[in-house]
Amino acid sequence: MNRMYSKKIHILIFLLPALALFCGVLIAPIGASAYYSLFDWNGFGPKTFIGFSNYKELFTSDAIGFLKALRNSLLLAALSVFLQLPLALGLALTLGKKIKGERLFLSVYFMPVLISTVVIGQLWLKIYNPDYGILNVFLRAIGLERWAKIWLGTKETALGAVFVPTLWQYVGYHMLLLYAGVKSVPPELREAAMLDGATDGQVNRFIVLPYIKPIIRISVIFAVTGSLKSFDLIYVLTNGGPLHATEVPSTLMINMLFLRNRYGMGSTIAVLLIVLCFGFALLISAIFREEE
Amino acid sequence: MNNNSKTARILIYIGLVFWLLVNLFPVYWMFTFSLKNNAEIFGENVVGLPHHWLWSNYASALKTGNMGRYFLNSAIVAVATILITLVVALMATFALTRLIWKRRKTLNKFFMLGLTIPIHASIVPVYVTLSRMHMLNTYWALIIPYAAFSLSMAILVCTGFMNEIPRDLDESACIDGCSVWGIFLRIIVPLMKPAVATVGIYTFLQCWNELMFANIFISKSALRTLPVGVQALSGQYTTEWGPIGAALVLATFPTLFIYIFLSKKIQESFIAGAIKG
Repeated sequence: MNRMYSKKIHILIFLLPALALFCGVLIAPIGASAYYSLFDWNGFGPKTFIGFSNYKELFTSDAIGFLKALRNSLLLAALSVFLQLPLALGLALTLGKKIKGERLFLSVYFMPVLISTVVIGQLWLKIYNPDYGILNVFLRAIGLERWAKIWLGTKETALGAVFVPTLWQYVGYHMLLLYAGVKSVPPELREAAMLDGATDGQVNRFIVLPYIKPIIRISVIFAVTGSLKSFDLIYVLTNGGPLHATEVPSTLMINMLFLRNRYGMGSTIAVLLIVLCFGFALLISAIFREEE
Repeated sequence: MNNNSKTARILIYIGLVFWLLVNLFPVYWMFTFSLKNNAEIFGENVVGLPHHWLWSNYASALKTGNMGRYFLNSAIVAVATILITLVVALMATFALTRLIWKRRKTLNKFFMLGLTIPIHASIVPVYVTLSRMHMLNTYWALIIPYAAFSLSMAILVCTGFMNEIPRDLDESACIDGCSVWGIFLRIIVPLMKPAVATVGIYTFLQCWNELMFANIFISKSALRTLPVGVQALSGQYTTEWGPIGAALVLATFPTLFIYIFLSKKIQESFIAGAIKG
């Protein structure tokens, strides 16, 4: 059998489709994007080599507003790590200690993750609708008329209004990962600590949390890279407006490509996003390793 | 002490039920307003059950809004993507776990890079390539990228399962005169059913809900998938919310329906996709 299993031709045939698909759609395009980012190019005409001018323009031009978009997505990342994850962790710890209705709570909390972001976005558009949206209707009903706002259309409130559903939708996802971790803590560890008189809080702090640290790390990485990449909900709710108040790198990239036909600049944003995602993933891993 | 823990318990439940409602309410609201007319949605009956169940909203979403067509497109793209992903991933996993060669660990790590590569990375080059090959506005424009981006997760899951299949099975099949293909197709693949289900579900959800590629690679309205179709429809019906609600329900229903019956399996597939063995 070993001889049959070592034949080069078999290895090649079994691997070829995967390699072609993977390299063709994921790996080669990274190189191609990096290459395009050095050109001024409208997608069909001739390309003009301009070196790192796109990068320079991106970081210095106020008209494009990349730094602001980046700041928005970093703010989302921070909120995700310091608000969404603690909430998810709290739910996971609570559900993880055999509470009545555990399955029901878990399944419902995870549900928003499965619903298409476009659907969620459309629902929230209706919730925020200035005239008929239930948020303003509710505020008027309880006599807080003056709090009613054009949530998505006002510069001051739009960013917050976009962040709320974005953070809400994925609480269940992080909760599920962390819950799986909490459930994998060997019951003996928990019991031993309880016998020694540890309270619930102490068990969580000294037994469960250290045990699920690798999963917390994964959650933090997903929260940060997911925020950097965020697109769908913002595209549906505001598409970066009003006046770029809710712009994030992805919406900016799509606008560069398909509204302004600046393929070089769009590629530049794509490259920066890849670098940022990998950079943050490595940085977060390093921070977690440092702590050990 | 006893009293204290009882209050704590009640508080915990209040919190849990509150979050339950926060998650259920949008879906409940969507179902109810999909069956109401504007008068009810806009004032008479904002959050209650509909007074008159207006199924005609669904008829307009399907007919005028073309939701049936989008639904079919999404289904075609999803099924084709799942099939391709599975075949390619099972073959690759076989080479990565069974066949004997030097760099297979390295190659496995290479495939795992795909778990972190954002789809943004490939948007421009894939768009340019598709347009040069005149493949924009075809199902393939979505199926191929979706399959490629599902591949890493599929290989990850399949590797876990395939490693559990004892090698003795391969040995005895070989002695019985099976070829490599015979072993793969008759012994290994039939034993991979749990992995196939996990990968299938995960891939289905990814492509059913995907917006960015679907929005850019498809501009012909007859080929739109559900997320793009829903977007288009809501632009069409800005003042009438009932049909939009119906479209939202139609787009969500299959997912929730599967979820009701397979909630555990779906949750497992998400956990498997995130946490490397």
